[in-house]
Amino acid sequence: MSARTREADVVVIGGGPAGLASAASAADAGAKVVLVDRNRELGGILNQCIHDGFGLHAFGEVLTGPEFAARYIDRAFDAGVEVHPNTTVAELEASRELVCTTLGERYPLRAASVVLAMGCRERTRGMLQIPGTRPAGVYTAGTAQWLTNMRNLRVGKKILILGSGDIGLIMARRLTWEGAEVVGVVELLPYPSGLPRNITQCLEDYGIPLHLSHSATCIHGRERVESVTVARFDGRRQPVPGTEFEIECDTLLLSVGLIPENELSRRVGVRLDATTSGAFVDDRHMTNVPGVFSCGNVLHIHDLADWAAEEGARAGTQAAAYALGGPAKGGAKPIRIEPGDGIRYVVPQTASRGSKELLVSFRVTAPDENRTAEVLADGRVLASEDLRRAHPAEMVQMKVGCADGLDADRLEVRLT
Amino acid sequence: MTTKRLTCILCPNGCEVEVSYSGEPTPESISVDGNTCPRGVDYAIEELTAPKRTLTTSVLVYGGTQPQASVKTACPIPRESLFDAREALRRIAVDAPVAIGDVVASDIAGTGVDVIVTRPVPCSP
Ligand SMILES: Cc1cc2nc3c(=O)[nH]c(=O)nc-3n(C[C@H](O)[C@H](O)[C@H](O)COP(=O)(O)OP(=O)(O)OC[C@H]3O[C@@H](n4cnc5c(N)ncnc54)[C@H](O)[C@@H]3O)c2cc1C
Ligand code: SF4
Repeated sequence: MSARTREADVVVIGGGPAGLASAASAADAGAKVVLVDRNRELGGILNQCIHDGFGLHAFGEVLTGPEFAARYIDRAFDAGVEVHPNTTVAELEASRELVCTTLGERYPLRAASVVLAMGCRERTRGMLQIPGTRPAGVYTAGTAQWLTNMRNLRVGKKILILGSGDIGLIMARRLTWEGAEVVGVVELLPYPSGLPRNITQCLEDYGIPLHLSHSATCIHGRERVESVTVARFDGRRQPVPGTEFEIECDTLLLSVGLIPENELSRRVGVRLDATTSGAFVDDRHMTNVPGVFSCGNVLHIHDLADWAAEEGARAGTQAAAYALGGPAKGGAKPIRIEPGDGIRYVVPQTASRGSKELLVSFRVTAPDENRTAEVLADGRVLASEDLRRAHPAEMVQMKVGCADGLDADRLEVRLT
Repeated sequence: MTTKRLTCILCPNGCEVEVSYSGEPTPESISVDGNTCPRGVDYAIEELTAPKRTLTTSVLVYGGTQPQASVKTACPIPRESLFDAREALRRIAVDAPVAIGDVVASDIAGTGVDVIVTRPVPCSP
């Protein structure tokens, strides 16, 4: 404890892929970096994601979550990052003064810049308000993943999954391999919210039925879940009378979405985007609070950890530049970047005037084929890319080059 | 002529490829369309002739900071061997410490493939 640094150029909060990559790149840029994580082990949520499919983008290899995490953990240590494990950041001030708690002790930490990389949490039953009894046997898919993969516990024998998010799909296959019977996946939307490859390799491989445009209307059971009533839902998300049927199961997993973990951000006055539930950032990943940066799932939910890590690396470089070089002079009004036709959100939400290159990440509102994504500056096309398939489950990234420096009143990303 | 749509699972792009063949599917008779990269062709041919998957699961660990270590088959194995491989791994336990890449079983379920550790488990203090 006493050996722990109390002052650094950059403090990174969260040791998942985004935080690790961010800490490593800030240290590579010459900053003195402290990384704080509340768990004993670094790697964040990746430690429980023991399936493969990570790293193709970042390393050109197919890795499991823990293997992918190990690469970034090594990278952070090699870069000279000081790690404070088992430590929660309890308070954060706009002056970049933090209060950390570890094993009942509190200590202060001060930084020139702070990177928020706290990840996300899962939506729960309470947020869905499904009527019925409150029996045991209802878990979020991530909790079931933790119990199965980290604690070697069995969550149930006959499992129904509500929501077709990737974690639920991965758990459908995992629990099938563990000997459980997965009786179905029920999805409110007319299309799945997980990646197509997970529909194939997690559901179709095992003949697990996917009920699209359906949802749960009631949970039954006294002590343990006994069954769930499911009905077809219409376009206005209302159950269609007469379509109800009952599915017998002893366990219900919820895979109904992730929410960025922004409690700390909110308290320090970080402005949040109503669509992403993450911070409003500029093209350096800096929030409205000077010196406070955001990346990874706490900024917007990523479907690929590879991209969360890449975003972290970019934010870390910028946080180091801020810490070592002081706030940029400039002062020119930033340019708003707005989602246009067919686009749900765009990150970052603003760009600096004069930027030579800009990377935008966005999601489309509905599944579609053969569309073109365009980035417009005051109505003029700056960049475009053909999307053979557009799907809300898949984040899209586009690089926009502007050799003469970006200058416009407003940027827009849209589908045509 | 048989025509099918498959989702290539080799990378997160998940391309939807269209395959067609007449008679029995063989590497020579299958034609593939819609793949973004050449690996999509290999995937489609393998998927129709001898589908393979990687098994990712865990084995028990004694004396470690965690009760189990996650493991994977070093390469994809025939899909019909997945459950046999999983069963065989239930009977395997290793002593801590284990490191990424340690082999916990070889020739799993007669596939000729090793099973390796994917998450390090140090000894418990
Ligand atoms: C249950 C679950 C399963 C997932 N499965 C997959 C998958 O299979 N494939 C995939 O590509 N993506 C998956 N994701 C998405 C995945 O989270 C991201 O792709 C990626 O891991 C995000 O990285 P991150 O660094 O932003 O967040 P995380 O990996 O969540 O890391 C955040 C870290 O911050 C720490 N932290 C939070 N608050 C504090 C605080 N106040 N003080 C100190 N530390 C703090 C947490 O302990 C955690 O270690 C999953 C997400 C969840 C929730
Ligand atoms: S065809 Fe190539 S790009 Fe498309 S999913 Fe398969 S491996 Fe990926």
